[in-house]
Amino acid sequence: MEKSLSWREFIITRLIQSSGYSAILFVALIFFFLLREGLPTLGEVDASSLLNIRWYPIENYFGILPLITGSLIVTLGATLIAVPFGIGTAVYISEIAPRWVREILKPLVELLGGLPSVVLGFLGILVLSPFLRVFLNLPTGLTAFTGSLLLGGIAVPTVVSVAEDALDSVPRAYREGAWALGATKWQTIWRVTLPAAKSGVLTAVMLGIGRAIGETMTVMMVTGNAPVLAVKLGSLFSPVRTMTATIAAEMGEVANGSTHYHVLFFIGMVLFIISLVVNVIASSVVFRAKKRAERILS
Amino acid sequence: MMKFLAQNRHTVQRLGFSAITLMAVVTVLPIVGTILFILFKGGSAISVEFLTGFPHDGMRAGGILPAIIGTLYLTIGTAIFSVPLGIAAAIYLAEYAKDNQWTRLIRIAIINLAGIPSVVYGLFGLGLFVLFLQFGTSILAASLTLSIMTLPVIISTSEEALRAVPQAFRTVSISLGATRWQTISRIILKEALPGILTGVILGLERAAGETAPILFTGAAFFLPRLPQSPFDATMALPYHLFVISTQVPEMPIQIQYGTALVLLVFVLTMNVIATVIRSRARARRQW
Repeated sequence: MEKSLSWREFIITRLIQSSGYSAILFVALIFFFLLREGLPTLGEVDASSLLNIRWYPIENYFGILPLITGSLIVTLGATLIAVPFGIGTAVYISEIAPRWVREILKPLVELLGGLPSVVLGFLGILVLSPFLRVFLNLPTGLTAFTGSLLLGGIAVPTVVSVAEDALDSVPRAYREGAWALGATKWQTIWRVTLPAAKSGVLTAVMLGIGRAIGETMTVMMVTGNAPVLAVKLGSLFSPVRTMTATIAAEMGEVANGSTHYHVLFFIGMVLFIISLVVNVIASSVVFRAKKRAERILS
Repeated sequence: MMKFLAQNRHTVQRLGFSAITLMAVVTVLPIVGTILFILFKGGSAISVEFLTGFPHDGMRAGGILPAIIGTLYLTIGTAIFSVPLGIAAAIYLAEYAKDNQWTRLIRIAIINLAGIPSVVYGLFGLGLFVLFLQFGTSILAASLTLSIMTLPVIISTSEEALRAVPQAFRTVSISLGATRWQTISRIILKEALPGILTGVILGLERAAGETAPILFTGAAFFLPRLPQSPFDATMALPYHLFVISTQVPEMPIQIQYGTALVLLVFVLTMNVIATVIRSRARARRQW
């Protein structure tokens, strides 16, 4: 009895441990398979044509610059929307709202995070883009701007929940100290609470950007999918095509093992590396801030 | 300027608060608006035939049963893989892991899994499950892809729930002669169950609504019958909505809104269940 118990304990502990380590395995596997299918690109397409401005796979033009600029411009627009509204909403929920409002707002914002992106894309096609076409007097409503608006909405819940956590974890004594010195609530928020939560808010922004750059279905449905170089401000109001949308739209139609197939995996690899960088920066900010807080408190 | 701000600081506060409140309203209103709009527009499309029939006339008529069933299968398939693995990983992190380099690496890996774009998961699923392991475009391959994508949500919420259980519970149980696993399985897991359940449902909710990861791993454009085995491809609600709103010309708008409504209700129901479980557990909690 004693013996079997300790054996069971041993096996269960090992199983649990390996489940914990599986996360590392999965990241490694994902990277490995992207490399395996994506790296042959470098042998098949030379670097200069890969960094060209023409994406036209049928005639073997694999310039990924328009796709990168497309992703960047849509993400930039989304960030400009999601950051102020996300942080504003987080400040409202954590510092201003009465308790009962908070209890309603938090689940609602969470709900937005759970809305399938394809539903937002669908409404983008049917409602938002016709409206923008008329309102802004554009030849088409399927533009980078339409994508930015919707992507902003998709990134907001991420920004709100992370930033709200950060504000929430600022010790109450900081605020009380400021109030006692005669600062208004508003001054306290700007000069004490937000600066104290700076690193968490920064993480929120990074994660929001990460969320926006990786979003696929919505941008594929509403940005018009024209692979043109987007470097002017006016590009915001014309159709663009992002890296994610290109993969999603074209992967279904390519032959396995063809150059086009490898290039699409190569783009996936670029996206993977971007998200890796964004997330490592985001988490190292938190980590450093935590260390500093520990030093101050000890 | 600074003097003006200092003298009128209460006015500034009133203005500032109004601006922030307005921002919160502008953020939240579209969410409510979207949901009400789809409920309103899609409601008239819902009928018994729509929910239980097969699509016909090039999907321009009939029902969406295969897509509903497909999403159900995918969600269950995802749960089978991701729930045990995710909870076990959370138990490891909350109860066993020491604070060392390896644990930090696991945490970084989880954060990165959460940040990887959904379409990249699709590529990975295509490379590993569909082609390398030769599962083909199938429910199995799509479920496995979705479950790796949901893992970080399940792990991080479950870990948080486990950590919230007071340390005294563990100390007492161990002091009564229980082993570590007995303590975890009979005491800690029971106490953390509502929190874990919330995380699981929120993770599966995300999986149910995703399109990009299943595009090349398991989604079918149109199937005249229900999938017969895990190795069959399947229709799914989000992919179906994508198809009928972008790929099929002259699609009746009623069916589009109806499909969006069914998908939304599917996802919202899961979300509401998760929220209710969490708030009830919070209200009942005695520690």
